[in-house]
Amino acid sequence: MRVSLFIPCFVDQMFPQVGFAVARVLERLGHACEFRAAQTCCGQPSFNAGYWDEAREVAARALGVFAGSEAVVGPSGSCVAMMRVFYPQLLAGTPHETAALDLASRTFEFGEFLVERLGVTDVGARFPHRVSYHDGCHGLRELRIREAPRKLLQAVRDLDLVECDEPESCCGFGGLFSVKYPMISTAMAEVKGGSLARTGCDYVVSSDPSCQLQLDGWLSRTGQRPRTIHLAEVLAGVEA
Amino acid sequence: MTRAAADTDPKTVFEAEEPHLAKRKFLHDAAEHVRDTAHRAFVRKALGGYYTSRDTQQARYRDWEQARDAASLAKWSAVNRLDELLPRFVGNFEANGGRVHWARNADEARTIILGLLRQARARAVIKSKCMTSEEIHLNAAMERDGYGVVESDLGEFIQQLRGEPPYHFVFPCMHVRRDEISDLFGRHLGTPPTDSPEELTMIARRHMRRLYVDADVGITGANFLVAETGQISITENEGNARLTAALPRVHIALAGIEKVVANLDDLAVLLPMLATAGAGQPLTCYNTLYAGPRQAGECDGPEEMHLVLLDNRRTEILADPEQRDSLHCIRCGACLNVCPIFKNVGGFTYGTTYQGPIGSVITPHLRGLADWNHLSGASSLCGACTDACPVRIDIHHHLLHNRRNAARSSPSRLERLGHRLFALVASRPWLFAAGGMVVRRTLWLAKKLPPPLLRAWLATRDLPRPPARSFRSQWRSRP
Amino acid sequence: MSQASTAGAVILARIREALRVPAPPPQMRSHATEQAAAAGPGGLTILPADVARPWLPDGGDTPEERVAILTENLRRLKAEVHRAADLAAAADLVATFAADRGWRRVAWHGHETVEPLAIRLGCDTYRVDDRQFDKDALEACDAGITACEAAVAQTGSILVSSGSCGGRALSILPHVHVVILPAVAVAGTLADALDLVRARHASRLPSMLSFITGPSRTGDIERILVLGAHGPRELIVVLVG
Repeated sequence: MRVSLFIPCFVDQMFPQVGFAVARVLERLGHACEFRAAQTCCGQPSFNAGYWDEAREVAARALGVFAGSEAVVGPSGSCVAMMRVFYPQLLAGTPHETAALDLASRTFEFGEFLVERLGVTDVGARFPHRVSYHDGCHGLRELRIREAPRKLLQAVRDLDLVECDEPESCCGFGGLFSVKYPMISTAMAEVKGGSLARTGCDYVVSSDPSCQLQLDGWLSRTGQRPRTIHLAEVLAGVEA
Repeated sequence: MTRAAADTDPKTVFEAEEPHLAKRKFLHDAAEHVRDTAHRAFVRKALGGYYTSRDTQQARYRDWEQARDAASLAKWSAVNRLDELLPRFVGNFEANGGRVHWARNADEARTIILGLLRQARARAVIKSKCMTSEEIHLNAAMERDGYGVVESDLGEFIQQLRGEPPYHFVFPCMHVRRDEISDLFGRHLGTPPTDSPEELTMIARRHMRRLYVDADVGITGANFLVAETGQISITENEGNARLTAALPRVHIALAGIEKVVANLDDLAVLLPMLATAGAGQPLTCYNTLYAGPRQAGECDGPEEMHLVLLDNRRTEILADPEQRDSLHCIRCGACLNVCPIFKNVGGFTYGTTYQGPIGSVITPHLRGLADWNHLSGASSLCGACTDACPVRIDIHHHLLHNRRNAARSSPSRLERLGHRLFALVASRPWLFAAGGMVVRRTLWLAKKLPPPLLRAWLATRDLPRPPARSFRSQWRSRP
Repeated sequence: MSQASTAGAVILARIREALRVPAPPPQMRSHATEQAAAAGPGGLTILPADVARPWLPDGGDTPEERVAILTENLRRLKAEVHRAADLAAAADLVATFAADRGWRRVAWHGHETVEPLAIRLGCDTYRVDDRQFDKDALEACDAGITACEAAVAQTGSILVSSGSCGGRALSILPHVHVVILPAVAVAGTLADALDLVRARHASRLPSMLSFITGPSRTGDIERILVLGAHGPRELIVVLVG
């Protein structure tokens, strides 16, 4: 299959290694990856802030960028949810409605794509660490992804997966929320980050670089042990 | 004692305050609350047991998700037929011997109830938990007119003595520690200190029994209005509403117009859902249907029953098809129980009658979007509320809808400009890439002299070191 | 026009105006439910109760199953359940409770399942429905004995009414509530119990119908469960037959 990589802005600018890890895993499984350089942002910041006209402009443009691709795969539950769940709502009643539904049907979150679309759980990775998985809320509740990343992690050699005691709690990022309401956002990071740190894990694995930014920012500031790492990096066997 | 003298004047915070300051007050109170880590831990612990009992009880449903479908279908079909079901309910309620009073707003509702109290020559009034009465600030109005009123629900009684509104619309005093309650009872009721929740409960029980017997008028809310039979349904655990509607001579109930359900069959679906979602119970301890006052051949019960039906801008929510489902709410409190915002900022920070996610959705409708949209902004949109809602209200998406409506009706010029600029940049890949590079290259400087939004981040969180090259640039040179 | 009729007319007019634009049904998980809603809020092809019936907690298919589920639920709710072969045995049982637990005065009402027990109690009694009802007299009673309309296995509830269970206060004011429950009155679900009552009181429903699910309780102090908030601290169900 020819996979069109959907690289969110965070990944593009701050975590490029995540994008390469996605490509490495998919290529190892025998799929070709392309990166359409015309892609920019999914428009979620404006959408979440209520500026839907601006978000619509960006969304309509993205439809064109990914037109004709076989499958669009992104390493962020949040950005994928924007395309799959919110584009059809945002563009309902516009000439782009059909294209939005069409793109939604071809767009996948990375872990979900492996398990649900390709039927793969063991990608041959090794990661000799204790890890805890953090569910990003958009992945968990907008895309209903819960089992896929866990299945993938359980198949990784020498990996010890532990659940935290706040498995369904939000990390508190929420995009602009994290800077408009920083005290609430930080309080949420304390709850979720604290719970993850208590598991004694070496790494917090996530499928959302934005959650990683928040959790890693707080864990690092408070001098806690675990670092965050993206699921794709674990599966790419960076330490194998 | 027929009147519970509160520690402080009953708070009328909601109306007294300048509405345009609501956001500033929210930010201030949230920051203050967040610093109180002991309180946050206390609230978290108090709600900890909720998850266990809810999950245990949900597991007894043969399929909770399908049961949610049925419950949401029941409320959807009722709310969307309100024009037909409400008159039917009223006709049947009056045929049962009750009297209906319509109130367009809080002021009319208060006037009606005060009129009924005058008519009944009420000396002592006992009240059972009713959030709609909080919404119209009934107690303050009654006290101004010289009526003694005692809240009989234990949590509401404690809040009345403390001079505070409910902290959580189902668990009114969940933020109060037992030693504080012991002190409170010591001061007001002269009881010796105790650290046993059971003894504290018994103090209130003993205190209240005479008051039920002596009250002339009992005031309750109503959880459901059954159109088919003209009954009102009241859900409670303590038995105080049962007593309030049994012993006084006059029973006055107050309910929002959206509480109508079509028939008893639908009620039989909603009652267990309410109990399980809200408190992890199979059914709340007492679910009682009232069809008018005492009938011939019945040995006790009130001589009169009145029902005040309140609009108070509910019809404005009804007129918004996108958010009409927020009128499906059965006030179970599940969305508060699971909400990370609620758990971290506490119930009072909202400054609203209805706290938590559903409160953030409906308050802008009830009290104005321009002044209350910040509640919709104060959410990471995690969606835990929507998953918890037994009647499938699309709660967290409605927060988005409120944000969109506010951006349309009263946009901040600066924000609008920011988003226009963003759309402009995001539509030009070269500009987008260049912008990203500028951000990466200047981040070290920005960390030293942070602009406001970045300062908010850096106060509590680090930022990773940006990579030298972006993904798109590295991909281009990939072999 | 008076304020009342004006306000009512205005509200109803607002409602009609508001509902001119239809709202889609909530997003549902099951296709069947979506289909049911397709014809609009007034034309449901499957009723919510029918949708829910197979998914709500089980109420049992046979009388034996219902009694078993009810008993288990009542115990979980911290109610007492006792079985008696007939009313005479029930009377012995309740008389023992009265003696053992030191009840000085017990309230009751005239009913074929209650009277045989009340007359055999070894203590003072107060009948609520033979003359002018006296709140103070009832308040002074330690326990109240009532009949019931039905019981609900699904939720562990007892359904009482003001019509045939001694009015409104008898089952809520005394500290202990004793319910006489004939085994044949155990219904499976809430809906079944309501059907029974509707059939029994076809001409007019009693002014109060109350599902009692365990002894009175509160969690208002630190969310810790305490029994006996305002209503009975003890709920004793005597299952007869």
